[in-house]
Amino acid sequence: MPDQVPAVATKPLRVGLFATCLVDLMRPRVGFAAAKLLEDVGCVVEVPAQTCCGQPAFNSGDRSTARELAMQAIKAFEPYDYVVMPSGSCAGQVIVHYPELFEGDAAWLPRARALAAKTFELTVFLSDVLKAAPRARFEGSITYHDSCSGLRELGIKAQPRKLLAGVEGLSVVEMKDPDVCCGFGGTFCVKYPDVSNKIVGKKTGNIAASGASTLLAGDLGCLMNMAGKLSREGKEIRVRHIAEVLAGMGDEPAIGEPER
Amino acid sequence: MSQAVNSPHFNANARKALDDAFLQKALARSEKGFIERRKAAVEKLPEYDAIRDSARDLKDHILAHLDLYLEAYEKNVIAAGGHVHWAADAEEANEIIHGICKRLDAKTVAKGKSMISEETGLNAYLEERGIRPIETDLGEYIIQLRGETPSHLIAPALHVTKEQIEADFRRAHTDLPPERNLDEPTSLLAEARAMLREKFLAADVGITGANFLIAETGSSVIVTNEGNGDLTQTLAKAHIVISSIEKVVPTREDAATFLRLLARTASGLDLSVYTTFSTGARREGDPDGPLEYHVVLLDNGRSNMLGGKFQEMLRCIRCGACMNHCPVFHAVGGHAYGWVYPGPMGAVLTPSLVGVEKGGQLPNASTFCGRCEEVCPVRIPLPKLMRNWREREFERHLQPAAARYGLDFWAAFAKRPALYRAATSVAMKVLRLIGGKGRIRSLPLASGWTKHRDFPAPQGETFQALWKKRRVAR
Repeated sequence: MPDQVPAVATKPLRVGLFATCLVDLMRPRVGFAAAKLLEDVGCVVEVPAQTCCGQPAFNSGDRSTARELAMQAIKAFEPYDYVVMPSGSCAGQVIVHYPELFEGDAAWLPRARALAAKTFELTVFLSDVLKAAPRARFEGSITYHDSCSGLRELGIKAQPRKLLAGVEGLSVVEMKDPDVCCGFGGTFCVKYPDVSNKIVGKKTGNIAASGASTLLAGDLGCLMNMAGKLSREGKEIRVRHIAEVLAGMGDEPAIGEPER
Repeated sequence: MSQAVNSPHFNANARKALDDAFLQKALARSEKGFIERRKAAVEKLPEYDAIRDSARDLKDHILAHLDLYLEAYEKNVIAAGGHVHWAADAEEANEIIHGICKRLDAKTVAKGKSMISEETGLNAYLEERGIRPIETDLGEYIIQLRGETPSHLIAPALHVTKEQIEADFRRAHTDLPPERNLDEPTSLLAEARAMLREKFLAADVGITGANFLIAETGSSVIVTNEGNGDLTQTLAKAHIVISSIEKVVPTREDAATFLRLLARTASGLDLSVYTTFSTGARREGDPDGPLEYHVVLLDNGRSNMLGGKFQEMLRCIRCGACMNHCPVFHAVGGHAYGWVYPGPMGAVLTPSLVGVEKGGQLPNASTFCGRCEEVCPVRIPLPKLMRNWREREFERHLQPAAARYGLDFWAAFAKRPALYRAATSVAMKVLRLIGGKGRIRSLPLASGWTKHRDFPAPQGETFQALWKKRRVAR
């Protein structure tokens, strides 16, 4: 991971925003929040035509579809200085698994590796690459869930907390076991609904016990799972992607709330 | 004969487990202890991760030269006065063991804990032939009384509560006064010990598993916390070790490398209470020990794993850390996995040994949270290996048709960005209309989701559509 600040002042960095399919379809404001955070520090943000990184196919054993979608993404994002994704699990797919998908492929492996090398999860990019300290206000206490792929494939743990520490009015209360899976697991949650329910029920119990009024995380899949369970249980805890709070969009409707 | 495979019914098994109040209580009690004890033990050993690397490399080396180390081991067992029997499958292993017991006219055999004997279904095999196996590990003793199989590698009775054990003891030990106090775990332990003491003395043959087999000396190594293994193997006429082939290590030092990891990772102890090395039978001048020493080396599908996509699984030293840290195991316990080996290691090993047709559910029943790989002392990439099984299933069209069509349908759009954008922007608007209040209580085709959770409605327009509008507006 580069530890020097790139020359933002002389030539603006061109960042390709890979919004991820869930953000594209379910919650565009996460994409806009990510774009704002990047533009605020002088990046030029572009959104090339995109669909999905291919993780659902990869984890379902469909390697050929996963490769096809990876090639599509590699072609779309090759032109940029950096690629930023507001999701640890999708970024993990590009950074860790794209090179695996093209092992032994002389034409595509170098391209997959090159993309992996310039792709970053949003909080890692802001915190470790740009050394940015976004200024925002958010009144209230939050608790942060460490999504599994980001945590274990990319080592994301300190970065979101560091960025949140700079938000005025916000206090972080850690829940019990913030690094334990929420039971989403992609298609797992619909293939094994009862097991998934047991796991997410434990998680929402820990979230509620923390006393925080807002739950944040960096992956929309996990957030929708936990928001859906909290809502079904009638727990009055708002759920948002961390980018929204960092971008000062913490007063917009939370996940699962009516649009105004 | 080997233990019946009930893995294809994982989903039904899991639902049963989730509804089992005793099991849920037992799981909730055990979860935290394993995790905290391991963490504390690992933190006290600064070189823990370096030992893991050496252990991984050592296992890879052994597996690359397994034939040589097994032959050296065999030679040294024989030199120490023991016998080696090679068993290609469960049936052969059972026949060999039964043959020895029959020749010695054995009526009862004392057994130390052995997952390999669970794999071969040894107890049932011996019982059908008039020989009574008696489990001497406390956990194994409890589940034998209950007519169950182990639900965890190192804590076979993990699924049972103390209250259930008390009831089992009162039911089974009818010679003891009914008014005795069994409130404390220590009183349960004392009672089991008293019962077992007599069984040890009466046993004609002692059967143990092996944690390691040492090639340079021909020794077998077992670790226990109760000392039952020592009594099992020293008091009987013959000691039979049943072990799978990948347990062999070159030297005593190598065994020590794994021993430094095993107990810390499994139970948080620096070492297990008893670590017992056995080499051959009683020699002239020895005060005690078995008159015969046999090793049954079981393959049962393992040599097929060598050199293939699942070879890394053979590094496993059976510590149980992967299941101790698995959210799915915590939710449903070990029996739901439907065969001998539960949790993430079982999800990889079961299809390797019984076939993906029967074991294929297990590698799917994972959220891929990666905690198993994070704690594995020999760094087995368990999620990757589970994914390998999913790929095998996909190639052979073994997954449910609905899942496959769903994936194909989604992929057809995802591979065509223009079509994808057009279709999704209509679909999201429809979903938004259904979910005007922000949450959707019930969705056709997504009942797996809405059975237990609301579905948060999408904003309405897609990010790509809105981004385009923003760009035009600027």
